[in-house]
Amino acid sequence: MNRPASRLPAIVEQHQKEVLADWLSNQASSGALRAGRIQESQLRDESQRFLALFTKAIQEGIEFETRGAQWADIREFLTELSRSRATQGFTPSQVATFVFSLKQSLFKRVNESLKSDPAALAGTLWDATIALDALGLYTTEVFQQAREQLIARQQEELIELSTPVVQLWDGILALPLIGTLDSERTQVVMENLLERLVATGSSIAVIDITGVPTVDTLVAQHLLKTVAAAQLMGADCIISGIRPQIAQTIVHLGIDLSSVATKASLADAFGLALKRRGLGVGRAATPGA
Amino acid sequence: MATDPETFPVRSGEDVVKARQVVRSRAMDIGFSLVEQTKIVTAASELARNTVIYGGGGEMRVERLYEGPKRTGLRLTFEDKGPGIIDIELALRDGYTSGNGLGLGLNGARKLSHEFDIWSKPGEGTRITITRWK
Repeated sequence: MNRPASRLPAIVEQHQKEVLADWLSNQASSGALRAGRIQESQLRDESQRFLALFTKAIQEGIEFETRGAQWADIREFLTELSRSRATQGFTPSQVATFVFSLKQSLFKRVNESLKSDPAALAGTLWDATIALDALGLYTTEVFQQAREQLIARQQEELIELSTPVVQLWDGILALPLIGTLDSERTQVVMENLLERLVATGSSIAVIDITGVPTVDTLVAQHLLKTVAAAQLMGADCIISGIRPQIAQTIVHLGIDLSSVATKASLADAFGLALKRRGLGVGRAATPGA
Repeated sequence: MATDPETFPVRSGEDVVKARQVVRSRAMDIGFSLVEQTKIVTAASELARNTVIYGGGGEMRVERLYEGPKRTGLRLTFEDKGPGIIDIELALRDGYTSGNGLGLGLNGARKLSHEFDIWSKPGEGTRITITRWK
């Protein structure tokens, strides 16, 4: 760059105390504390640390680079700040405003220091704006990343959680389905069931749809495919949880479930499964009765 | 008499889920029985999915109908600007599908409704209206 060295680092260093005091009072009056989510002492501590890191970073080079080594500390600080504010329920713009709000007090000092040199004043203000904008936007980026990670984790958990295969008895598995059977989940459901059939050496699987609110043609198609795959592996399937309203709807839709044993309740399906295995449930002989 | 229609986008799998939820909640408001709710929700699910898969996305309009003090109903309109249906009679035949489904959804939605109206023009789009009375 063929520009004269920026005056910003010197000004910030010289007026660090006043800038901090100004910044804190601006933040207090702009309502950063009003929500009562963070303590004044915490905000003062964070502001102080940010300003110190900012001062240190611009001494080494005013050009902000996301990967620049001299910005590593301040990036780390902002990452932590952004994440902790996110969990405290702040919005992304409130977090970014923390950084942007430094401008007012900083510009005031720059103005005072360079009153007599308009060209240097404009250049210095521009430097400060660029650096602070980049840092402010960086908090938003981190905030968004944190959100996306959270959503992705929840989605994975949901897929895992909602498709447990449980063993009801030796050789009898149950697959209680809950929620919407979109294609991604159905795939997981199918794989889980087939794996567990092999792992447990089971010959009967009860697929319970009590927790599936709507059974339309796509859901029926997914069920039939799962049943067909299980049958190919030598296992029988029973579909349970066909409530009266679901039964009527299935008939209207013209879905043919006659190739599969169906039952109204999981208990009925379990009874049928036991019977197929040549087992039964009886009352235990009570001693002394 | 009908209320002003509410419009919902139907562009993705999530929108299909949302459409079902909206229809279920409106059906409950009107006082549909569990069986009636399930029927209209299932019909909505079929048509919404068709809108996404075959119509390339569109919208759903929901209207409540009042005819006299006792006759209330729910009218749903699904509209897309997709490729349209060339042979409607064939599309309505059970077991026929131009995609990978069971080929039962469109006619199933008709059988689950009291009134069924379909308009489609190749290259212009498709509009399907179903009504279920209480």
